[in-house]
Amino acid sequence: MPELDDLDRRIIACMQGDFPVCETPYAEVAVQLGIAEDELIGRLRALLERKVLTRFGPMYQVERMGGAFVLAALAVPEVDFESVCARVNAFPEVAHNYRREHVLNMWFVLATETQDGIAEAIAGIERATGLPVYAFPKEREYFVEMKLEVRQ
Amino acid sequence: MDEIDRALIFATQGGLPLEPRPYAAIAERVGISEQDVMARLQAMLADGVIRRIGAVPNHYAIGWTANGMTVWDVDDALVDTLGEQVGGLAFVTHCYRRPRALPAWPYNLFAMVHGASREECAVKAEEIRRLLGTACRTSDILYSTKILKKTGLRIGR
Repeated sequence: MPELDDLDRRIIACMQGDFPVCETPYAEVAVQLGIAEDELIGRLRALLERKVLTRFGPMYQVERMGGAFVLAALAVPEVDFESVCARVNAFPEVAHNYRREHVLNMWFVLATETQDGIAEAIAGIERATGLPVYAFPKEREYFVEMKLEVRQ
Repeated sequence: MDEIDRALIFATQGGLPLEPRPYAAIAERVGISEQDVMARLQAMLADGVIRRIGAVPNHYAIGWTANGMTVWDVDDALVDTLGEQVGGLAFVTHCYRRPRALPAWPYNLFAMVHGASREECAVKAEEIRRLLGTACRTSDILYSTKILKKTGLRIGR
């Protein structure tokens, strides 16, 4: 795991909140953290380069734009895992993808701009991998809020 | 949503520019004013098109090395009431009802839990199990062992 100091932890906690929409938002956040604007920008750049942060920006809700998010899974034979993974990840509709311990060992989220895009992406992945895609569209959302404190 | 909103999404989906006036930098790329960029982003936040503007940590890198997707086969008559309660647990970060895929997949309730260890996730799963009680027939925890991709939404031009 990468080494993080106290300031990194405070920045990660702070940046999981609502980033301001104003002319100089980094300066505003830097004041809250008691550091200089250029230090905040430099730290953020380093955290992104080190992949401690996977992304920083607006989180778009494709459903609110007429599109769809669908969780899907594949049962990939172990020997083919890497090649199947490369083929699945090559689809721009695959927003994220996790390996999990189960017969269904590859779980990914499809994000498309239209409802029809999901079926097209699933058909494309089935053609590219030769494996059936299990689709688990959400029927109801009870809670979503991904904010995690730094544990280390 | 118009063409300018689309252009704005295209310009920001990879992330915000790391420079003192990020919205001015986006404005230059999209060909509108900084004030327009801010007004449109505010409107998309208000409409829920943008859930929030912020950072997504790699949870492995910040010490949350165990990630368990807990899945439950819950009585259809009770799943919505219980799903709200499971979603209300402080440690659950995502909670959804999804269709079963019988016979391979009997589960209709999904709740994500995180921990510094699998033991910690298992304790949390046990708390969910107690809450669901006899309404739950069978369950499983799928631990993730690797992030294979994490880019978020990508729209085309």
